[in-house]
Amino acid sequence: MAAKLAVFKLASCDGCQLTLLDCEDELLALAGEVEIAHFPEASSAIAPGPYDLSLVEGSITTPEDAERVHTIRTDSRHLVTIGACATAGGIQALRNFADVEEYRRTVYAHPEYISTLATSTPVSTHVDVDFELRGCPVERRQLIEVITAFLAGRKPDVPDHSVCFECKRRGTVCVTVAHGTPCLGPVTHAGCGALCPAYHRGCFGCFSPSGSVNLPALIPLLRRDGLDEDAVGRFLHTFNAAAFDEELSK
Amino acid sequence: MTHRGSRVLHVGSLSRVEGEGALSLHVHDGTVTDARLEIYEPPRFFEAFLRGRSYTEPPDITARVCGICPVAYQMSACAAIEDACGVAVDPVIRDLRRLLYCGEWIESQALHIYLLHAPDFLGRPSAIDLARTHRTEVERGLRLKKAGNSLMELLGGRAVHPVNVRLGGFHRAPVRTELRTLNEELKHALDDAWATVRWVAGFEFPDASVEADLFALTEPDTYAIEGGTPTVLRADGTNSHFPVREFTEHVSETHVAHSTALHSRLDGRLHLTGSLARFAISGRLLSPLALEAAVEAGLGDPREGAVCRNPYRSILVRAVETVYAVAEALRIIDGYEPPAHPYTEVPPVAGVGHGATEAPRGLLYHRYELDGDGVVQSALLVPPTAQNQGAIEDDLRRLAQHAIREHDPDDDELTSLCERAIRNHDPCISCSTHFLDLTVVRTSGTTAGGCDA
Repeated sequence: MAAKLAVFKLASCDGCQLTLLDCEDELLALAGEVEIAHFPEASSAIAPGPYDLSLVEGSITTPEDAERVHTIRTDSRHLVTIGACATAGGIQALRNFADVEEYRRTVYAHPEYISTLATSTPVSTHVDVDFELRGCPVERRQLIEVITAFLAGRKPDVPDHSVCFECKRRGTVCVTVAHGTPCLGPVTHAGCGALCPAYHRGCFGCFSPSGSVNLPALIPLLRRDGLDEDAVGRFLHTFNAAAFDEELSK
Repeated sequence: MTHRGSRVLHVGSLSRVEGEGALSLHVHDGTVTDARLEIYEPPRFFEAFLRGRSYTEPPDITARVCGICPVAYQMSACAAIEDACGVAVDPVIRDLRRLLYCGEWIESQALHIYLLHAPDFLGRPSAIDLARTHRTEVERGLRLKKAGNSLMELLGGRAVHPVNVRLGGFHRAPVRTELRTLNEELKHALDDAWATVRWVAGFEFPDASVEADLFALTEPDTYAIEGGTPTVLRADGTNSHFPVREFTEHVSETHVAHSTALHSRLDGRLHLTGSLARFAISGRLLSPLALEAAVEAGLGDPREGAVCRNPYRSILVRAVETVYAVAEALRIIDGYEPPAHPYTEVPPVAGVGHGATEAPRGLLYHRYELDGDGVVQSALLVPPTAQNQGAIEDDLRRLAQHAIREHDPDDDELTSLCERAIRNHDPCISCSTHFLDLTVVRTSGTTAGGCDA
């Protein structure tokens, strides 16, 4: 019997599950190998769990989702989180450093209609997660690798080194060394293929901190390259604010 | 739940739409008394945390509002901030922006046509299921979508949340030969887009008509995409426009209890943005090829005033717009000469800037207030779905009422009808903050019941 694949969405922009639909060359082949049992964005045929592999996009920002993620876990043999929101709280984790009540009043005329938590937290804060695939958004080939690995019962081959390795491999001249451009490449998880430096800009950290990060060593370099204290703070506090903050507090 | 004259129907989670929402329908003694599109997508507070960020950041940050139309957010953000700073970009940059936007139009329209909308016309739950009987067509749709993505990847770096956009232009402008590598794929895409027009033109379309005012940007000589003047076409055929800076004087947002998306009115009336509105307002400015496609699709000739108000037929307009976007991409690539510098400098200026562009799903407005150092003091984002929500509810109410009068469908059929009606409008609920479930509440003097569909 084909393995049952499910895709769930919490607070997010849909971009990571769209990345699965963006696998135009692999989508029909994948659909031939697995039963797409729960993927509301792509199909109105919804089969009940349990599911062999659940991909979860988005962070926990409401009391309802904090409950729902436990049901998703119970229904899933393997649970893989996809994307910066699900693995690190995403951009909406900026509320973690602010007054969410004030946010609510700023955006909504009737803040009392809005149910929200004061924090945006990764799925792993609430339930056990079998694998976390990073990125804002996740990278297509890595996503296919993770799905294939779980279906084959092996560990995904997703390296934990930094974007710098990918720049070297791509033959991109270092934007920091050559142009003094502030870049988070040395502390950011590989996966995008070192995209930003190839487009003549510094990495802005959308794949979360990589393994063995030395963030304190990078900060003086960012300041040398023209970022003041506020700008360094904003640079780290964007798509993976909570993850970089955790790294800083180590 | 058996009393069909009066009932409450609830669809808890709408499928094949972007984002999460629910629908509830209240029917009392055979009359639809309320239709609500309940957008319960969790709020993410973009407008709050944009305050205090540098004016260079909104193009990257607001892209994250929506994975389906990140370019629209990047383009509206750039337009608004450049407006605040009094900078106009040169025509080559403007062309490159239009080219990137064409990539998003192709990708997003193909996604909607093939993966979200077409299965409804063929009675199937998904494109993946549809591929069992219509493999050639589904493969064509995926190929077409891929062509849009290839364009976004080359020019923007990647398809979801492109990295190459910045204020004043691009971080790196492509060289001619680089862009030309796309020619062959785009030429195939043009054939695929034409085949799409012919395929969807063969679908069966129920009778229906939206009554809302239509609202889109216009340009003097071209089909508006990356800018233009907000223009309204009223149901009585009268036409009016206003400058982008007066947007909030005309479009007002209110917050209703059942939705985390704000509801908009345009001069106090319901309005609809998106493909139907663009085609009605600017259809005569489509290229000759796209006009030919419109005629072939059975939409009539917009040069002679043809307007389409049937939401089911929006799939035809999307197919025509896809032909247009592919041909437009080929035209821009053909005439492309790289700019001397990939971007225009945009020094910060204290003030307020307004920007609006045509996201595939409709007009997207941004406003930013900056201080003299370029720090964002306030931000306002008005996405198309939030604007369309009132018109979608009105359309649902009338479609459901019509069906109940004609043949009194059971709850499953009514649910399916309402879901179709919503997909006709291609709502992007992530954008509006926000997804879809259906509730139909049927009540009478004596009976009330509910069913979770």
